[in-house]
Amino acid sequence: MGTGREVDVRLAGVTKRFGDVVAVDDIALDILQGEFFSLLGPSGCGKTTTLRMIGGFEQPDEGAIELAGANVAGLPPHRRDVNTVFQSYALFPHLNVFDNVAYGLRRRRIAKDHIPGQVRRILELVDLPRFEARRITQLSGGQQQRVALARALVNQPRVLLLDEPLGALDLKLRKAMQLELKGLQHEVGITFIYVTHDQEEAMTMSDRIAVMREGRIEQVGPPEEVYERPATEFVASFLGASNLLDGTVGPPDGDFRTIELVSGEKVRVPAAAIEGTERSIKLGVRPEKIRIGTAGSASPADGDNAIEGTVRDATFVGVSNVYAVATRDGHEVTVYAQNLGTSTDRPPAPGETVTLTWHPEHTFVVSGREGGADGE
Amino acid sequence: MAYLLLLPGGIWLLLFYVVPTISMLSVSLQEGSLEQGYRLTGNIGVYAEVLARNDTQIIRSILYGLITTVATLLIAYPLAYTIAFRGGRFKNALLFLIIMPFFVSFIIRTIQWKFVLADEGIVLGTLKEVGILGQGFHVLGENVAVLGGLIYNFLPFMALPLYVALEKMDKSLLDAADDLYSNRVVAFLRVTFPLSLPGVFAGSLLTFIPAVGDFINPEFLGSPETTMIGQVIQLEYLQNNDYPEAAALSFVLMAAILMGVFVYARLLGTEELTG
Ligand SMILES: Nc1ncnc2c1ncn2[C@@H]1O[C@H](COP(=O)(O)OP(=O)(O)O)[C@@H](O)[C@H]1O
Ligand SMILES: [Mg+2]
Repeated sequence: MGTGREVDVRLAGVTKRFGDVVAVDDIALDILQGEFFSLLGPSGCGKTTTLRMIGGFEQPDEGAIELAGANVAGLPPHRRDVNTVFQSYALFPHLNVFDNVAYGLRRRRIAKDHIPGQVRRILELVDLPRFEARRITQLSGGQQQRVALARALVNQPRVLLLDEPLGALDLKLRKAMQLELKGLQHEVGITFIYVTHDQEEAMTMSDRIAVMREGRIEQVGPPEEVYERPATEFVASFLGASNLLDGTVGPPDGDFRTIELVSGEKVRVPAAAIEGTERSIKLGVRPEKIRIGTAGSASPADGDNAIEGTVRDATFVGVSNVYAVATRDGHEVTVYAQNLGTSTDRPPAPGETVTLTWHPEHTFVVSGREGGADGE
Repeated sequence: MAYLLLLPGGIWLLLFYVVPTISMLSVSLQEGSLEQGYRLTGNIGVYAEVLARNDTQIIRSILYGLITTVATLLIAYPLAYTIAFRGGRFKNALLFLIIMPFFVSFIIRTIQWKFVLADEGIVLGTLKEVGILGQGFHVLGENVAVLGGLIYNFLPFMALPLYVALEKMDKSLLDAADDLYSNRVVAFLRVTFPLSLPGVFAGSLLTFIPAVGDFINPEFLGSPETTMIGQVIQLEYLQNNDYPEAAALSFVLMAAILMGVFVYARLLGTEELTG
């Protein structure tokens, strides 16, 4: 990420409890100026609570929140340079589109003759020109979403908070809005903090993602990083099929370390992925990184990892074939094979023995800290 | 086809509203007496007559109605607001407390008030004995007694529609207002109150209309100085058997109320109320 960029939002040791429930548990985060930052995690993991604390709707029980370097403890939302796009939009039903968008400007006592221009400009930006006089009840879900966005953006806040803003839209509209939102954020240059439980959405839009689980942050990083090198088992499986295998750490081999799987097969992983002196680890590989071939048909490229397995299931899904392969140590591995349609490559059939190969670089190692003690 | 559903209500209104209204209009234009019978003479002059003779009672009734409406609004709004926004799991219990007086007849409750407010009753009598109030102090028969009865009796009619309007308000709108630079007072004035206007309107009508025409409260709690138009109508009809005058007075009352409601709806803005 851009070095030297200003930190817009800083959370330090932030904890929030509701009775016995620890909704947010000792979170630390630095969100940079102009960043599209996503909080990603399953329902109930504390995303909304985190966002609401940044907005000022909830006060943390412990820890500090800084906006642009200033501690905002105790400041109510109306005194923070932050605006929110609410999950339910929360548009004022008694006001028309213009008055909704102008609401914040009027409260801030912006000169009267500046307001219509600003409202019109922002409505054009969200692609709702000439909607000023419409009543909120006359708008579709997608249009309401845009009005909510305009109502927040028109105030040019330092940070815009968005709580699953596309959650109520149908899939097609959601995809379109994802790109639009991303483009919009680029245009206005405002820091976006975006809450979603949809990993694909987070990956499409974000500069960085914080993956949350049970009130804690599991990993923070750019989408490629959290996807390609998930730090924990949870992150690995939340961001897609993770294909985890158990192994024992063996001797170094150049930039790699050799790992002996339970089956006795040996694979290599990047040496940097192994921290400290762990002996027994979980490694993983993403399904699209694996090549599948009938056993012995093709020798793996030099230095590639190769393990054997038996095809359990083969599904044709158009662009790719999806295989479920049982490895010799009893794990099930998912493989996406691109559907090249060449007749020389006969697709393996269920029951057949296959060799799975992948580049050692594509192997990741997840932290064994939790050791599966608190299973999902 | 869709309008077929209006048929039962339509027939009801026709039988019990339109027909009696027309017949009452005709009665108001008749002349005669109970002994000699009444004949339709088209005597429009009766309206001017009843207006002139009862102007004090008409004005007093409208004033009482207005004061009752404003007072119930001021009392019921915080009540409904608190139950709707802060009621939590006690919401239904608190609502029940508001409705509870309905379980006792309107007349019985008003008579109870007569006892409560009586010069030597439990309240005033005790206070006089202790010496907090002077011996000559009295409430019954005064404006304040009649108004007190009206306000007490009509409070639920104001509180319930207000509660409904506030309860159905999306509470995240208050977060939105807070987010958009509104402190609590501004959020109330700009968001909560405008959104509760349909409740204010409904509650005001449900209070004002019956309060203006009420004759129970002034009958039991009032004196000749607090006579309301409802009492006059009742007197003309049941005691003096002057049906034309009673009918004409009823029409005057109805016209006054309709005009008031129309002006009120205009003031509040009908778009807000139907939106
Ligand atoms: N106002 C509240 N009162 C009590 N519990 C709450 C409240 N808000 C959130 N919680 C609890 O805190 C946890 C985190 O909730 P939330 O932040 O809404 O999660 P998410 O947005 O990730 O779905 C959940 O267990 C939820 O039940
Ligand atoms: Mg949420």
